[in-house]
Amino acid sequence: MVKVNGISMEQIANLTVTEFLQKNGYQKEYVAVERNGKIVPKKEYDKVILKDEDVLEVVSFVGGG
Amino acid sequence: MVVFVNGERTATNKTTLKELQISLFASEEVVTILDGYQTDEDCRLKENMEIIFMKKGVFPSKKEWEHMLYARNSKDVQKKISKARVAIIGLGGLGSHIAIELARCGIGELHIVDYDVVEPSNLNRQAYRMSHLGIPKVEALEQEIKQVNPFVKVTAERKKIDETNIEQVLQRDMIICEAVDNPKTKAMIVNEVLTIYPEKWLVAASGMAGYGKSNEIKTKQITGHFYLCGDGISDAGAGNSLMAPRVGICAGHQANKILEIIIEQ
Repeated sequence: MVKVNGISMEQIANLTVTEFLQKNGYQKEYVAVERNGKIVPKKEYDKVILKDEDVLEVVSFVGGG
Repeated sequence: MVVFVNGERTATNKTTLKELQISLFASEEVVTILDGYQTDEDCRLKENMEIIFMKKGVFPSKKEWEHMLYARNSKDVQKKISKARVAIIGLGGLGSHIAIELARCGIGELHIVDYDVVEPSNLNRQAYRMSHLGIPKVEALEQEIKQVNPFVKVTAERKKIDETNIEQVLQRDMIICEAVDNPKTKAMIVNEVLTIYPEKWLVAASGMAGYGKSNEIKTKQITGHFYLCGDGISDAGAGNSLMAPRVGICAGHQANKILEIIIEQ
């Protein structure tokens, strides 16, 4: 199980960050992803593979300021 | 009896606040701040009381101003605030109000960054006036900041922030406030700051369009030094415009978190 924004989700381990984002309807230009407390740089989205027990925070930005 | 009047150690033979005031400012109208609270009541003087007398309608000296803030917020707290420097990226409905709130608190230095000029469409929620139309926001905001606190050091940069310049622009700032309106730029700033400068504090915002639902605007610690304010979902767009009160609530959340970081870290 991978914990995403505090909720345990199945079938995410072994996906890359890019695959995880696509599968869950996120657009990568609008998000920041932290994995186990550390930012995942955008250029590593295709390389980083999520593991069981990972804790993910996905922050999605909407417009306005 | 020794008391402190406007920051100066003062020996007096007076026994009450009113007597002391009359002896120092006989014919003038003054505001009295006693140990941090404005008061109209008379009271007996006590040893080491912190008293501020300010002539009504007259701007004080820097020293009197500082001592008024010491008296209001406590010296330890105020020294931290007046030493702090905060970078604010984006000077719209969030950034312009955050800057002014921090200036009112007596912040030491504001590093304000924006490329735009003031437009008529900004006046519905941003801290500008008609007289600023067409003027770069960094200049207009510096004027407004100096009107509420002339002692803030303002470092203004008229610049569009992007991946190529963000590292250099923010290198001297330990506390960074993301306050732009474009969501891709928000995401870029957050990604770059957390990647390049993970040791710095970052207070960002997402989701403050519309009206009502005041209490759905929250400050959330995402991880470590990264906080996000807003409701996370209220996108600005047709049919859900940005309106002064809700944007102001979010600006208040950001300014308040920044103040907490300054005082407690």
